[in-house]
Amino acid sequence: MTQRPGALALVLLLLALALLLVGSSIGSTGFDSLLAARHDPIALQIVWDIRLPRTLGAWAAGALLGLAGAVAQGLFRNPLADPYLLGSASGASLAMALALAVLGVSPFATAWLVRLGLTGAAFAGAVGGVLLTLALARGVQHTLRLLLAGVVVGVVLGAGKDLVTLASPDILSALQGFNLGSTGFVGWTACLLMLGVWAVCTVVAWLLGPVLDGLSLGEATAASLGLPLRQVRIALVGVLALATGTAVAQTGMVAFVGLAAPHVARSLVKTTHSPTHRRLMLLASLSGGVLLLAADILARWLTAPQELPVGVLTAVLGGSYLLWRMHQRSTGVL
Amino acid sequence: MKLWWLLLCGAGAAQALQVTDDRGVTTQFAQAPQRIVSLLPSLTESVCALEQCARLVGVDRYSNFPASVRALPQVGGGLDPNTEAIVALRPDVVLLATASRASARLEALGLKVVALEPKTHADVQRVLGTLGQLLAVPDAARIWRHIDAGVAAAAQSLPARAKTTRVYFEVNAAPYAAGTTSFIGETLTRLGVQNVVPAALGPFPKLNPEFVVRANPDLIMVGDRNSLGLAQRPGWGGIRAIREQRVCRFRPEHSDVLVRPGPRMAEAARLMAACLLEKAP
Repeated sequence: MTQRPGALALVLLLLALALLLVGSSIGSTGFDSLLAARHDPIALQIVWDIRLPRTLGAWAAGALLGLAGAVAQGLFRNPLADPYLLGSASGASLAMALALAVLGVSPFATAWLVRLGLTGAAFAGAVGGVLLTLALARGVQHTLRLLLAGVVVGVVLGAGKDLVTLASPDILSALQGFNLGSTGFVGWTACLLMLGVWAVCTVVAWLLGPVLDGLSLGEATAASLGLPLRQVRIALVGVLALATGTAVAQTGMVAFVGLAAPHVARSLVKTTHSPTHRRLMLLASLSGGVLLLAADILARWLTAPQELPVGVLTAVLGGSYLLWRMHQRSTGVL
Repeated sequence: MKLWWLLLCGAGAAQALQVTDDRGVTTQFAQAPQRIVSLLPSLTESVCALEQCARLVGVDRYSNFPASVRALPQVGGGLDPNTEAIVALRPDVVLLATASRASARLEALGLKVVALEPKTHADVQRVLGTLGQLLAVPDAARIWRHIDAGVAAAAQSLPARAKTTRVYFEVNAAPYAAGTTSFIGETLTRLGVQNVVPAALGPFPKLNPEFVVRANPDLIMVGDRNSLGLAQRPGWGGIRAIREQRVCRFRPEHSDVLVRPGPRMAEAARLMAACLLEKAP
């Protein structure tokens, strides 16, 4: 096992690259070698237009969620925080339910939705959820108030979504597909969008990392060190909302990646002190990418040509890895 | 002695009306139920197809056909019925799906429950038979023959070129497809067209979207609500049906007809046939 974060990051990137190759070879017919696709134009189109963007997109979505998870845990100084905490997931889910319910019923709403697209609606819902949380918490100054407002908004918007589905039950299974997550419809545009947002968010998070280190000493200490807490919090909530909203809009509410990725990253770095936030955020992001990518490959492979919901597999994969590490730690192997 | 006599009489009458539902539970009725609550749209439609619409005293919130049932009291949904409202209607029998958890609660409250779950063409025929027996309608089989003839007529209205058409029926955008073994798939088979989703995948498989691109259907049938962005899905622009604009988008009221395994299956077959006539290559 690697000790140094730099080498570990390299290993995670190489792993992602290897999985990218595997992912391009796995589709509706099970394993289907890339080399065989060279001579068949349809197979080539399937690899280039479908498998490659969705595989890369799975990595990007996982990386966004992993990054958002590390930011959330640093911001709230709580290892149980996850990126869906600020109401973005329930907002996206409600927007999706509303969009599906009015689609085809009201011509005006349909025309409007065609322009916006379902992913656009989901993203707007995610941002709306976070803004509602911020309004309820009256800004970002109080961590606890923010956390509480996020939970309340999550519950209320979730109930709203349930009401909408109750009124039009035929959207139920389409909505369930969204709630369990899927990378099935990620094309090149979505993929590049996620990679772009990831790059921006990673740079901002990297710049703000040292402030999170200061914050981990406690708010009073951080303030006495002269750190610009308010501005940094606003920027971090922005990163959190943007990263989560983008990932959720494109791939649905993939469970557990955001919560597990930072823990996976911590368990991989075997230093006596916990790693700095800069390193943790980067490693969490890379772990999240590998986790979601691996889960996505299994989701398409296990029951091909059918698909399992990818969110189910992220929980199984990430959860069992963390349990295994906890078991090792408690039996003193480490 | 008198009591025995009464019991015997009761048993004699009950013999005439003993109904075994899809759970395998046999319920006895002293006489054909006059007050019915239906908690499943396809069962509501079946009761009305048997011309017993007037016996319905309450329906679930999703039952919307025929128009007359919209005036009836709504007692919640099939999976989350309002028990109190149902009891208040004093029904002689409650019709619901086998998946509903309400059966046990309603039975504990002393109501008679018949749980039926139509999933295939054969089920629809059987359910109509069971309902005909329950409601003491003499010629329930006639309704089925009528549906059957309607489906056959729809199939005959199609030209030979439709028979080679390879169809993909999308139930919703997850994407779930209607497989060959679903009642929708059975109707497609009756119409003589090819379904791109093989029987081995089960009635409503959640497909890898890549499967559809590879299967390259000639025609796609989809509900209006799920048709948004169909052509923009990665790689789907190359599918023949989308390239040649052979996509039938069904309006919500038509989708209701298509996705309910009930007496309007002949109408569903006609909708599909109309789509094939217009769009098949």
